[in-house]
Parts: sequence; C-alpha cells; structure tokens
Amino acid sequence: MKLVVQRIALGLLLLLAVSVLIFAGTIILPGDVAQSILGQSATPEALANLREELGLNEPAITRYFDWLFAALQGDLGVALTNGRDIAESIGQRMSNTLFLAFWAALISVPLAILLGLIAVRYKDRWPDKAISAITLASISIPEFLIGYLLMYFIAVKLGWFPSVAMIGDHMNLLQKLQAIALPVMVLTLVVLAHMMRMTRAAILNVMQSAYIETAELKGLTGFQVIARHAFPNAIAPIVNVVMLNLAYLVVGVVVIEVVFVYPGMGQYLVDHVSKRDVPVVQACGLIFAAVYIGLNMIADIVSILANPRLRHPK
Amino acid sequence: MSDNLLKVRDLKIGATVYPPGEKPHDIEIVHGVSFDLERGKVLGLIGESGAGKSTIGLASMAYGRGGVKITGGEVWVNGREILKTSLKDIRNLRGGEVTYVSQSAAASFNPAKKIMDQVVEAAVEQKKFSRKEAEARARELFAKLGLPDPDNIGERYPHQVSGGQLQRCMTALALCPEPDLVVFDEPTTALDVTTQIDVLMAIKEAIRDTGVAALYITHDLAVVAQVSDDIMVLKMGNTVEYGTTDQIINNPQEEYTRALVSVRSIEHEEKKPTPEPVLSVEGITARYKGLNFDVLHNVNVDLHPGQTLAVVGESGSGKSTLARVITGLLPPRDGEITFAGRKLSRDLAGRSREDLRELQMIYQMADVAMNPRQTVGTIIGRPLEFYFNMRGAEKRKRIIELLDEIELGEKFMDRYPAELSGGQKQRVCIARSLAAKPKMIICDEVTSALDPLVADGILKLLLDLQKIEDVAYLFITHDLATVRAISDSIAVMYQGRVVRYGPKSQVLSPPFDDYTDLLLSSVPEMHLGWLEEVVAHRKMESAGN
Repeated sequence: MKLVVQRIALGLLLLLAVSVLIFAGTIILPGDVAQSILGQSATPEALANLREELGLNEPAITRYFDWLFAALQGDLGVALTNGRDIAESIGQRMSNTLFLAFWAALISVPLAILLGLIAVRYKDRWPDKAISAITLASISIPEFLIGYLLMYFIAVKLGWFPSVAMIGDHMNLLQKLQAIALPVMVLTLVVLAHMMRMTRAAILNVMQSAYIETAELKGLTGFQVIARHAFPNAIAPIVNVVMLNLAYLVVGVVVIEVVFVYPGMGQYLVDHVSKRDVPVVQACGLIFAAVYIGLNMIADIVSILANPRLRHPK
Repeated sequence: MSDNLLKVRDLKIGATVYPPGEKPHDIEIVHGVSFDLERGKVLGLIGESGAGKSTIGLASMAYGRGGVKITGGEVWVNGREILKTSLKDIRNLRGGEVTYVSQSAAASFNPAKKIMDQVVEAAVEQKKFSRKEAEARARELFAKLGLPDPDNIGERYPHQVSGGQLQRCMTALALCPEPDLVVFDEPTTALDVTTQIDVLMAIKEAIRDTGVAALYITHDLAVVAQVSDDIMVLKMGNTVEYGTTDQIINNPQEEYTRALVSVRSIEHEEKKPTPEPVLSVEGITARYKGLNFDVLHNVNVDLHPGQTLAVVGESGSGKSTLARVITGLLPPRDGEITFAGRKLSRDLAGRSREDLRELQMIYQMADVAMNPRQTVGTIIGRPLEFYFNMRGAEKRKRIIELLDEIELGEKFMDRYPAELSGGQKQRVCIARSLAAKPKMIICDEVTSALDPLVADGILKLLLDLQKIEDVAYLFITHDLATVRAISDSIAVMYQGRVVRYGPKSQVLSPPFDDYTDLLLSSVPEMHLGWLEEVVAHRKMESAGN
C-alpha cells in the first residue's frame, strides 16, 4: 500500500507542477488580460484602471496562489468575453464531454481487448491479419476524414443518425445516444488500434511463459488458456494503454467536437483560445491536466494492484 | 502387450531450425524410438541435453514444444492412437489421463493465481471431480507430499512458498485428476540436494500409493535409479540401451551407458598446504545495500598456490557473495583480503591493473559471459592486448597456444560463440582467463550448466591446466561430486558462515557436523535402494534423539 500512496502523492505533485507551467505560460504571452479585454486601441489610463481592478499589479507569485486556491475551491473565475462564471460553463461542457467519452470507451475498450484476444488466438492466421489491417487503416486515416466519411454515408446517404451531434437537457437518453452515435463511432475507430495492438503484444509476450505450457497440458482450449492464464498477467501494460486512450477521449477530441458541432470541452476551449480569453484557457488546461494525470495515476495503481507479489507479500 | 498403458512405436520427431544466415529448414531430432510402459510402473528416460528425452515425454501427450512436430510413428495411450485422434480427444487426454510435472515449478505456476486454483483446474475441467471433491483431494495430496499446513497452503500464491514446496505442489497438480500416467520432466534438477531428497521420496511414495505410471526424465542416472523400474538411455534422439534399472546400473552393455555410470570418477591426489597462501581471507563480514542483515559472517579461508579450494553450499549459503567480495564487486563491512602477499583494496576502483590481471574469474553461464558479436580469437586476444600490449603475429601465436591448451585448436579462432557447444564455450572462457596469466581463478559453478560427461571434460582440463600454469582455483559449487573430484581443501558454507573447513581428506571424513552430514548423505549414489536407506537412516536418527 505504501507504493499506492507514493504514486498518489506523485500525481498530486505533478499536477501542482503543471499548474505552475500553465500559469507561467499565460504570463509569458505578450500583452495581458487587460490588454486583451480592451483591445489595441485602449488608452493607458483605462488599462491601468482595469489592471488595478483585476489585481494584475500584484506580483505573479501572489496572483498564482490566489488563482490556485480559488481553483481548489471550485472558483475558476469569470470568462472575460461574456462575464459568465467559468466553473458553471465548464461543468455543463465537461459533463457533455464525459458523456461522449463514456460511451466511446464503453464500446471501444471491451471491443479492443476482445479483438486483441482473437488476434492472439488466431495468431498469424487470417483473423489476426484482418484485425491488424483494419485497425491500422482506421488509425492511419485522419479522424476528421473518418468523421466526414461516416457523416456522408451514414447520416446523409442512409439517414440513420443525425450528422450534427447537438444534445441538450430536453432530450432523453435514447435521443442523446442517437445524437452522439456518429462521433462515438469515429472515436472508437480512432482509439481501437492502439489498445488492440497493445493487448495482442502484451498477451503474446506472456504466452511464451512456462505456465502457459502447463495450462495447455491441462487440456484447456486456446481461449481458456488466453483468458484464464495469459490475460491476468498482461493486465498492467494493457491498462496503461487503455488509460492513455481514455485520456485522449476526454482531452483530445477537439477535432471531433468541431466536426460534429458537439458542445463539449474541446469546442469551448477552441472558442476561447481564438478570443484570447486567458482565464478560460487556464481553467481548461488545468482540468485537462488533472484528467490526464488522474487517469495515468489510476493505470499505475491498477498495475501495482495487479501484481500478486505486491498485493500478497510473503 | 495390449494392456500396456503407453506404447510408443518408432517415434520420429522433427523441428524447424533457424540457423543464422541460412534458410530455415526441418531437421529430425528423435529418430525412431520405441518403448512400453505398464500400469503402475516407472520408466526412466535418461540422456544429456539434446538427447530428446523431454521431447519424447511431451509426445506422450501429443504435444510439441515450440516448433517441434511429431513426424512419424505411433503413440498408444490406453489402447488408442493419440497421434491420429481429434484435437478434442487430445484435450481430454491432457490433464486427465496424462499429466506433466516440469523442471521449474516456479516458472510453471501462474504467478497471478492461487495454488489451489491451479492444482484443481485440470481435474475440474476434465470433469473428473467436482470443484469441492478436487479441493479435498488436493489437500490430501498436499499432506501426502509432506507440505506444511496442507489445509491452507492452496490459498497462497506461488511466490509465497519455497522452491521445494512449489515442486511438490506441482506434483500434487499432476496427481490431482487421478491420471494413468505422469510425465516427470527433471522434477528435482533445480533443487538443492538436501531438498531434492525429500521431494524425490515424496514423488516415489505418491507414485506407489496412487498406482500411477510414470515417465521419469532426468540427466542424473543416480536419481533415476532410485525411482524407476526400467531405464532407457538416449543419445542424440536414438535409443542407446533399454533395460531394467538393475541391468542398466549394474551391468551396462553399451560404452555410452558405462560412461554415464562411471561419470565423476576423476581421481585427484590432495596436495599439502604451502607455508605462504596466495589468497588469505580474514574475518570477512558483508551485506548487500538495502538489506539490514549480513549475508557473510566472519569468513576465514586460505588458498595455496597451485591448489584448489572448493567452497560448497546450497543456494543462499553466501558462496557467490564471497566471490563478489574477493573480486571487489561487493566491498565488505569488515575483514581483510591478502592476495599474493599484498593487501587488496576493498572495492574494485582501488585495485591496480596487476591485481585485476592476477585474479581472474570464470562464470556459470559461458554464453552470456562472451560478446556474441566477437570471434573466439578476439575474445581471447583482448586480455593479451589489455595486460601485455600484445599485437599482430605475437598475439596470434599466443591465442593459438591457448586454443591448443584448451584442446580446441587454431580452427576455432574465427568462430562466433553461437557456433560453439556449451562445453566449448566454457573452454573459451577458461582460455580467456588464462590469457591474463593469473595467479588465481575464481570458478563460479562453472560446470553446473553442463551435461555430466562434458562437465567431466572441463574438470579434467582445469586440473591439467593447474599443473601446467601453476594457477590456484577458488571453486564455487553446490555439487559435492565435483568437490571430491578436484579440491585440495574444502570450505562448507551454510547461511553465510563457514561451518567446516580444512584439507579435503579431513572435511570429507567423519566425525561430521550435522549440516555437512546432511549435505554429504543427500548426494544421490549410483546404487539401487540408496534413497530408502538414507530416509530410513534419518528416521532412525531422529527417533534416537
């Protein structure tokens, strides 16, 4: 358990370091918030007043800690462009993003692992080669292209699902699912290959072990050997890749959200980057970093717990 | 003959090989072997590595390891030809009628699952027993095999029990489905001798009590003589001799079998100690970084010029640690090492080039001790350049001299390690250490990974070289037969201490301390009934106390 605690502490430390980087990054940028609110033509007096009002004359260290402690209490400040509370806006956006990521993960993770198991079972035979070829192809095509292709064939030609993934509070679950069907498909295709190939490689590595021979000599079938004896020993590397992909589903789906006009975090971030809304960018950066670090931390903790030597010491 | 449990006729087995720089091609590794095994009997398959004994054992389960394929012949189990049956039938046979015990239980148990789950798996899967019945039977077997706490040991994970215990768990795993035949593949080879004797007895009693038949595969004729009814001697995939255990041991017909029976018959006259030892280890105490206990306690030994000191002990006794301290890889916490009349620095960095040159080392694994991308000539030539600054024709002449000394000759100069056999690789390592003209060589289990006859050749070579070069050996080994063959003095180590030390004749003569007695009496002897004698003797002693 000491290792798990260590890992969590490390994760928190990392998050703190990232928050410093994000804050420093926005300070280094030319111009400041007051400048971006008032624009190039602002008078020096107006700028000075606004700076005073926003507390920009305080030293950077003070501002950083003010920002950090406020963020820790859930107060992410106010968006400069529309004056709305950022935490509130992000809350809605984040739940949309998580909704999309959740369904994409629910389909892609089991599918990737299952395909990986099948590829191992029929190693170097046609099912393995077909799975490898298809998943490789899907990861090689740019995601926006897959998005438009699916949109063209499934939404426009066949008319099965809407091409725009707008969701709102007035919709029930089924309607929402129908709305996000296409982006979920695209995301699944994008993340499938990576996880499937890691599953295949990790299990094949374990298949060399002597205990696999023992299992085969017990008269177990190919799938029993893989599922009962190989898979439990391949969990650590698989979980690591799965978590990387889950993180991608949360923080990396900007392109997909834009293609399908989905009201998620990615679009929110892109909108405000183009408007130089620094507090929003900072808040989004912090949340993305937290998600990324959190998921990787979970992966490490699962790897630690999956090791029987660490779970059951002598 | 029809009621034979296992009938093998003209079995041929092939494999695909991938030699470097050549096209992959098929070769035959077993060339038509035939034998019979009745119910309840034990057949020993014996031979050196490459004899095909494991391959034949696995063929009785219609299994080929890696790229191994059964290419011809017949294997009958319980009256049916298993090479011609369906995959489903073979699955029913494996783990049900025929089960397997491997050499390394530590590698053959799944580290992620509890022992009990793995022991009962085959029995339950083959529908021989319900899960509950199988667990009850497993606990019975654990008790019969002498495992501690048989009711609960199954709840542990493989890493939570010792090597010897795990090997017994593996035997329980094989016996749990009440098979007709068990294939034991070197089940005690990886164990210490004192552990081997217990596991051997447990296996023998389990075979007797359950009436199961067994194929017992090993390279150790003395071991197989204790458990088998018949013995088949194999060499390079051919049957050399096949007969009853009594006949093979006491009246071998073939030259090769006689060589196996008389292996380790090197005679070596003990030399008297000289007044001035070449190496003097005084009061060495050492521990590894991060550990809070000492692994060596106050070790004192001397090695005399041109002589051999054997350091003998089981795994964990500290014998390899002693070598690390002497070479400077592990600075001791206390004590002093005097070598060739001068005090050695505690750590490697403080030693002179002369110290390094005069103190050489040979390792157990010859193949990982050589750079696979260098030729034999380069490997042996390197110390000549490094210590003596030899170049060109002079160096070449000396390399050829050394190659002649190790009985390989000039033609080996341009070969790569991958083209050499295990024994040849070890010879090259010996030549490399001799190239430095050392006063002393530390030999760390140098014959342990080799077949008995090859190991014999290496020991003879080392003794011959000692006479020519007047070099001293610190010979680390767990094998008492090797100790007898080459040592002048012996240090017996146990749990980091030297428990017995002196000239060979004295150390190997009674009265013994308890540990040396246990160690000596555990070495399998080449006569029938030895196992029972030892076990009966020990029972009597413990009853007497």
